[in-house]
Amino acid sequence: MDDLFLLLLSTLDSTLRVSAPLVLCAMAGIFSERSGIIDISLEGKLLAAAFAAAAVAAVSGSAFVGLGAAIVTSVLMALLHGFACITHRGNQVVSGLAINILASGLTVTLGGAWFHKGGQTPTLSGDARFSPISLPGSDFLAEIPFLGTIYVELISGHNLLVYIAFLAVPITWWVLYKTRFGLRLRAVGENPQAVDTAGISVTFLRYRSVIIAGILCGIAGAYLSTGQNAAFGKEMSAGQGYIALAAMIFGKWKPVPGLLACMLFGFLDAMAVRLQGVALPGIGEIPVQFMQALPYVLTVILLAGFIGKAIAPKAIGRPYVKER
Amino acid sequence: MSVERIKTQGSEAVGGQSAPPPAIELKAISKSFGPVKANQNVDLKVLPGTIHGIIGENGAGKSTLMSILYGFYEADSGEILINGQKKKIHSSRDAISFGIGMVHQHFMLVETFTVLENVMLGAEGAPLLNKSSQSARKELLKLSKEYSLAVDPDAMTGDLPVGLQQRVEILKALYRGAEILILDEPTGVLTPQETDQLFKILDILRSRGVSIILITHKLQEIMAITDRVSVMRAGTMVSERETSETSKNELAELMVGRKVLLEVDKTDANPGEILLEAKNLSYKEDGVTKLDNVSLTLRAGEIVGIAGVSGNGQTELLAALSGICPLQSGSIDIGSTQITPKNHKNPKEFRELSVGHVPEDRHRMGMVTAFTAQETAIMGFHEDPAYNGKILMNNKAVQEHCTRLMQDYDVRPEDPKLKSANFSGGNQQKLVLAREMDRRPEVLLVGQPTRGVDIGAIEFIHKNLIAMRDAGSAILVVSVELEEIMSLSDRILVMFEGRIVGEVSGKEADARQLGLLMGNAGTQSTGSEQQNNNNTTHSEEIPA
Amino acid sequence: MSSPSKALPAWIDVGVIPLINILLAFFVSGIVILIIGEDPIEAVKIVVYGAFGNDYNIGYTLHYTTNFIFTGLAVAVAFHASLFNIGGEGQAYIGGLGVGLLCLALDQYVPFWIILPLAIAASGLFGAAWAYVPAYLQAYRGSHIVITTIMFNFIAFSLMNYILVNVLIEPGQMSPESRDFLTSAQMPTMQEAVGWFGIEIEKSPLNLSILLALFSCTFVWLFIWHTRWGYAIRMFGFNENAANYSGINTQRLVVGTMCLSGVLAGFVGINEIMGNHNRVMLDFVAGAGFTGIAVALMGRNHPVGIIIASLLFGTLYQGGAELSFEIPTIQGEMVKAIQGLVILFCGALAYMSRPTIERIFTAIVESNGTAKEQTNG
Repeated sequence: MDDLFLLLLSTLDSTLRVSAPLVLCAMAGIFSERSGIIDISLEGKLLAAAFAAAAVAAVSGSAFVGLGAAIVTSVLMALLHGFACITHRGNQVVSGLAINILASGLTVTLGGAWFHKGGQTPTLSGDARFSPISLPGSDFLAEIPFLGTIYVELISGHNLLVYIAFLAVPITWWVLYKTRFGLRLRAVGENPQAVDTAGISVTFLRYRSVIIAGILCGIAGAYLSTGQNAAFGKEMSAGQGYIALAAMIFGKWKPVPGLLACMLFGFLDAMAVRLQGVALPGIGEIPVQFMQALPYVLTVILLAGFIGKAIAPKAIGRPYVKER
Repeated sequence: MSVERIKTQGSEAVGGQSAPPPAIELKAISKSFGPVKANQNVDLKVLPGTIHGIIGENGAGKSTLMSILYGFYEADSGEILINGQKKKIHSSRDAISFGIGMVHQHFMLVETFTVLENVMLGAEGAPLLNKSSQSARKELLKLSKEYSLAVDPDAMTGDLPVGLQQRVEILKALYRGAEILILDEPTGVLTPQETDQLFKILDILRSRGVSIILITHKLQEIMAITDRVSVMRAGTMVSERETSETSKNELAELMVGRKVLLEVDKTDANPGEILLEAKNLSYKEDGVTKLDNVSLTLRAGEIVGIAGVSGNGQTELLAALSGICPLQSGSIDIGSTQITPKNHKNPKEFRELSVGHVPEDRHRMGMVTAFTAQETAIMGFHEDPAYNGKILMNNKAVQEHCTRLMQDYDVRPEDPKLKSANFSGGNQQKLVLAREMDRRPEVLLVGQPTRGVDIGAIEFIHKNLIAMRDAGSAILVVSVELEEIMSLSDRILVMFEGRIVGEVSGKEADARQLGLLMGNAGTQSTGSEQQNNNNTTHSEEIPA
Repeated sequence: MSSPSKALPAWIDVGVIPLINILLAFFVSGIVILIIGEDPIEAVKIVVYGAFGNDYNIGYTLHYTTNFIFTGLAVAVAFHASLFNIGGEGQAYIGGLGVGLLCLALDQYVPFWIILPLAIAASGLFGAAWAYVPAYLQAYRGSHIVITTIMFNFIAFSLMNYILVNVLIEPGQMSPESRDFLTSAQMPTMQEAVGWFGIEIEKSPLNLSILLALFSCTFVWLFIWHTRWGYAIRMFGFNENAANYSGINTQRLVVGTMCLSGVLAGFVGINEIMGNHNRVMLDFVAGAGFTGIAVALMGRNHPVGIIIASLLFGTLYQGGAELSFEIPTIQGEMVKAIQGLVILFCGALAYMSRPTIERIFTAIVESNGTAKEQTNG
């Protein structure tokens, strides 16, 4: 019984670790897409930020400087996306895809040239990484049987960026639903003409939205290479940006359901590792590949309208042109 | 913020006792879109606390003028004075700050927002919504009460009936402190009851000192609610009247102008057998009635014209008669074939039943601008064995066909390989007409036969349509050009809000009478109309 | 009015602007090479030599080109119906699975000339099947095809992984690969093929699949521009209303077009599985599906443009590999960065330079006009 409890805790613990970058990227996606800009470039921003964080942290020795570099890099890519989609009214999917491929190529190219390790960055240690934080009271709370164990094993002991990731959800919710900016952002994704006739600049509003998406992806990237891992590795985002995109759609473009979708997908991932080679009673062994594909399968089923209906922001994907 | 503004500005407007300056004065406004002169030297004066109607046909320039006033476009030249002071309006933001509010024909509402959120959007005050939404709620309720505009602030806007959505639009403008309110074709989407409601609201607004500009094409509304009325025609302001000193008849005449009948050589029609009979067609789109129990017959050897302001169901009628929109109710008999909602035919099958269709908007539907002329020339017939081998298309046959069409219908330049976009409007239209007429269909549906076409081509097109009639085809012509309908048609049906509200013989028709029918004011004129079912049915039709 | 070709002659829209876009992409690529401290000109020399220096290198270049032609055509066919097929990668992968299963099943029993047509059919069928579901969902349930094809790429990776690890793996082997095909299921290499005519070249992965690629180009050209089906596809792509007006069944058209797109992507399996690796293995598509998007955008969805663009990317892939060997500071992934830039400039920013070109063009025309007037006067 105790073993099972600890197993569950450790599964949930890794669920948190795995879903942290998903959560950040999903919130980034929400900001961008609720303003009407399709953002399949979450993956590219995540990867580029991960590289920037690791590279700069390796050189500067500071995880925080790395984080700053990650955010700057990711925001620059977001601005590129905005330049193509908002200013030049380009195809948002094509632009996003270009950014993803560009990031995938540039990170390894630059990394290889600067660090001569085939695209890897040097291994980080000490202050160059975000290390686990023991939350106050861990020592004596550990004594309390049930809740104390949960506190120590599950809640405490993550690095700063994990906490930021989960804090990003209430903040996103608050910005979206409780601020003037959020009201306008949601409006511009539904009916940009209504925003324009209300005397608000559609362009500026959308630029701000993609910039926020850039910042959030930047934090996620820093988490990958300087929190969860201790270096940047080629293709280290490994489709997590796309999973986050799927989670965002699965969460119907809303912060809290988006969070739950990320945690579900993170949980599936954590389970996949633990269930490998384990035969479940009555079911048998579940292939790990099945668990890996499940987020995508679920998203497709959702998009097909078989479980509820995912209704995208109405004006998404369409560049705003003042009508004649 | 906005609460303050409405108070101070409101008192200003009411406060001016001795001969206040006009709330709005436009002087010599001109605006062109490329070669099109949408407004030419337009003057307009709107006195404070009055309802000023602007009436005119499609394309008369009413909407452009209002868009300039609301800052959506900038005028090429001219002046705008608000309460006697010269103002520059560069954007909607400017217009709003000068106390101008606009209720657009297509509502500028976010459907997934609550009423309160929509009202606040763009005028939230503080960066955080908490406090401002409280004060906005208070203000909204106050406005609701003051102007009898009851609406639930927490209702989801998209769920509200259109009448209430429009109310939200009005509240939005008032919330921003509007003392000048522009309404662009506000009743197009309303039921008669909702229209009555709206007029009551406008009356209250007027009594509180709000100046209102009402754009409409419905004469009855002008007579019912306005104090003064300006008539626009072809981008110019043709006259202005006290409403009490004018009549529907006069306005109708001013609106349509003295129509020069184009000389079309045509003998009297000799209608033969019925080739197409539509019975009780009704069509709804997104819950809005577009066609309301329309019945009509087309006989061999006659041209039937559909007159009406655009957006009164003509587009849907053509779509139904050509198979583009599946029938929802009613039936169409073509020869011995009956088409019903259960027995649907697609446009291809309609063509096989010998129905030709020249769509109203050639760029939207009738042609593909990126196609070569010869590709455009076989649209709808691309599976015809004449143009196909077993597998490959017989491009030579297509080219020959197109060349022949170009020769027969005088399409210039006579180059089948030229991109369709690179022909002039007239030649594009001739190509589309050629494609549809060349097959000698028994029934030919023609939407806006001469839209954007030069004079020479107009004559040519008219001549060909009549020749086709004389050869025994039944032709249905939909046009917003009254003179075209009058010079071509043997019978004229007038559409209004998805219904056929009048039928006039082509010989007896005169512009004034048709104008009245088009503005749904036909009851007063007991001309030669045979149907008089206007004002009886309830409909919620949206002019496109 | 809505057509973009306002005031500019066609040769500028079809020739000059795409060329400017590609040059911009290469210019930025050159800057990247400068940033990492190398000489772009030198790099270009190495790439060109690495791609065309000897028949072995040329073989590799053309082998990659073959893949890109398939995926480029796949993307282009879908683009003609204004559908964005991002799923070429997955469709190619599953197409390869189809080839592999067929070869593994039959190579012991029947000769090559029977296996070949069946394998081509299998690759196409499997690729089409993988495109069918997203297409169906787009046409009949309104699911966004971009998102569903992305999801299907990932599902394809997992599926292939599962099949290789659990089903096809050679007993006793560690790496998830099937057994090697027997020679009856191997596509003749170009070396063998030209050997039949007494010409000797070095052995490279280049194989007779390139003929299938060229055939596919001809087929797509004929299909899109010379059949009623292609006519309908283009009409739908340009103007959906016009397609409805013409009585085209647009739902069936969407499904059909995507399936054809899947078939073409699936042919990558012939080139890689039957022609190169001769066994089913992981990740043999190696991004060719995505490169196809760059190829189609650059080649402006025309088979001739696609051949040229594929050759360019084939050159970059092969030459890039040589480049990273010659100059270790430049990674092979530089090619990917260039690819991203091509998609950016030829796709998302395709019309960025147009207003400027338009201004320059009208200025030239006007100055010519006044010059003529002056000489006349």
